[in-house]
Amino acid sequence: MSYFNELYQEVILDHNKRPRNFGELPGADSRANGNNPLCGDRLTVYLKLDGKTVTDVRFKGAGCAISTASASLMTEALKGKTVEEIEHLFARFRAMVTGKTSLAEEPAAKLGKLEVFRGVSDYPVRVKCATLAWHTMLAALRQSDETVSTE
Amino acid sequence: MRAANVASRAHQGSAWFDVERVRADFPILKQQIHGHPLVYLDNAATSQKPQSVIDAISRFYSTDNANIHRGVHLLSQRATDAYEGAREKLQRFINAAEPRETIFVRSATEAVNLVARCYGASHVGPGDEIIISAMEHHSNIVPWQMLCEEKGARLRIIPITDEGELILEEYEKLLGPRTRLVSVVHLSNVLGTINPIKEMIRIAHARQIPVFVDGAQAASHLRVDVQDLDCDFYAFSGHKLYGPSGIGVLYGKARFLEEMPPYQGGGDMISTVTFEKTRYNVLPYKYEAGTPNIAGAVGLGAAIDYFEGLGVENVIRYEADLLSYLMESLASVPDVKLIGTAPHKASVQSFSVAGVHPHDIGTIVDEHGVAIRTGHHCAQPLMDFYHVPATARASLAFYNTFDEIDALVAALHKAIEVFK
Ligand SMILES: Cc1ncc(COP(=O)(O)O)c(C=O)c1O
Repeated sequence: MSYFNELYQEVILDHNKRPRNFGELPGADSRANGNNPLCGDRLTVYLKLDGKTVTDVRFKGAGCAISTASASLMTEALKGKTVEEIEHLFARFRAMVTGKTSLAEEPAAKLGKLEVFRGVSDYPVRVKCATLAWHTMLAALRQSDETVSTE
Repeated sequence: MRAANVASRAHQGSAWFDVERVRADFPILKQQIHGHPLVYLDNAATSQKPQSVIDAISRFYSTDNANIHRGVHLLSQRATDAYEGAREKLQRFINAAEPRETIFVRSATEAVNLVARCYGASHVGPGDEIIISAMEHHSNIVPWQMLCEEKGARLRIIPITDEGELILEEYEKLLGPRTRLVSVVHLSNVLGTINPIKEMIRIAHARQIPVFVDGAQAASHLRVDVQDLDCDFYAFSGHKLYGPSGIGVLYGKARFLEEMPPYQGGGDMISTVTFEKTRYNVLPYKYEAGTPNIAGAVGLGAAIDYFEGLGVENVIRYEADLLSYLMESLASVPDVKLIGTAPHKASVQSFSVAGVHPHDIGTIVDEHGVAIRTGHHCAQPLMDFYHVPATARASLAFYNTFDEIDALVAALHKAIEVFK
């Protein structure tokens, strides 16, 4: 491909075309729906948990390349992480895509593959696309937190 | 090939419409976006402003600014004349019978809210029905929904065909003894459909049902004659009509405006106030509480002068050629599906590209300087009808060119290449 774009990195295009962990998750402990009314993006995130650790995560839905790839890469990043680790990861991810680089560039801020979304910070209107899956996932996490705490 | 014929005719320019000269009147069009000439195809969202409008607003503030209807001093007189002069221009523009039937509001949205509130207060009760269509903008849905909720009334919806035409037989069936009002869009901001509102008004009036027309898109692309249409209300916004934002027009037949209660209370809308009783002012002031957007009205008046100076019929003819070229050009791109293919259309074309989300298209064509709209266009029920989350939309104005449509298509090909 001759076209190069800060936003649409190869990895993003690939995950958009072939999203990983796509589809329902039978026996999920928690799920949440997210939508971005401005773009009409809708997705559902499913979680399986072992105590405070995410053991499996999948998603379903339709959205733009940024939101689909973000959901797909997020699912890969979450498995095996604890709720606390995930919240930290999201804080750094959000700092990166909103261009608040001081936080995102801390040495501890290794975002791994999620680095491909750095270009989003040049497109403020697309930040919502990149974070939709994360907000939805956090809603699912908190919802399960609640059920955990009432047990 | 027809497209090529249309193109070459216009590429050479024409005696009746010199688009290059027109473009020179719009300073914003001279700029580069991401290193490319700006191609502005988001005119249905808002239009650009000619220098004469920008100058009129600046001149008003530089030389005539004062409050209106209040002072005996000369500036107040000049400001009042400018404001009322703008009202008369608008009255003539839509051919209202009298200036007092032309109310200045903030926007088309405010006009719908005004009528929903004031007409609704005295004419709508439990079990009554308001009819709108499946292709309405949220601003012509939500105020009626709020009214229906408040009054225990019911909203009924005129269905559309896949091409994007209202189904008139279904419309007739919806009209009944409980119908209190029909509110319908003249020119759809998503589909570009021109609705047969004159016929629809005739049908409603045969049953003594008044009709509100949302002319937010139509006022800048069609010839509007409210007496010929015989509509009871007609609304539009200045900013889509080459004028400033924050000013719009509600036309209403005097007989309705007289009998309806006022919208907001305040200065200017009263004739006498005591703490016991207020007598409301006459039309149009009854509906213009407080200091209005005086400079906005002056700017809109200048926009009308400009638009009429071009010749509304010339504009309509030129835009019709542009639209058919746009439709043919888009249809020739593989994987593009046109949304809105009614036979009677103007200025707007929505489309989707198989496998590519409209947002991604919008971002990539923007990088080539092409501004289009992507999203639900404030018409979510219509998106649901077409089973799409969103569409891409190119919407035209008379300052667009055939070359710009070529630029859109070239950028689209680039976008498709990225996501293939
Ligand atoms: C058909 C239609 N109606 C109403 C409106 C509302 O106009 P405004 O936002 O200027 O009040 C719009 C604007 O997009 C429109 O396209």
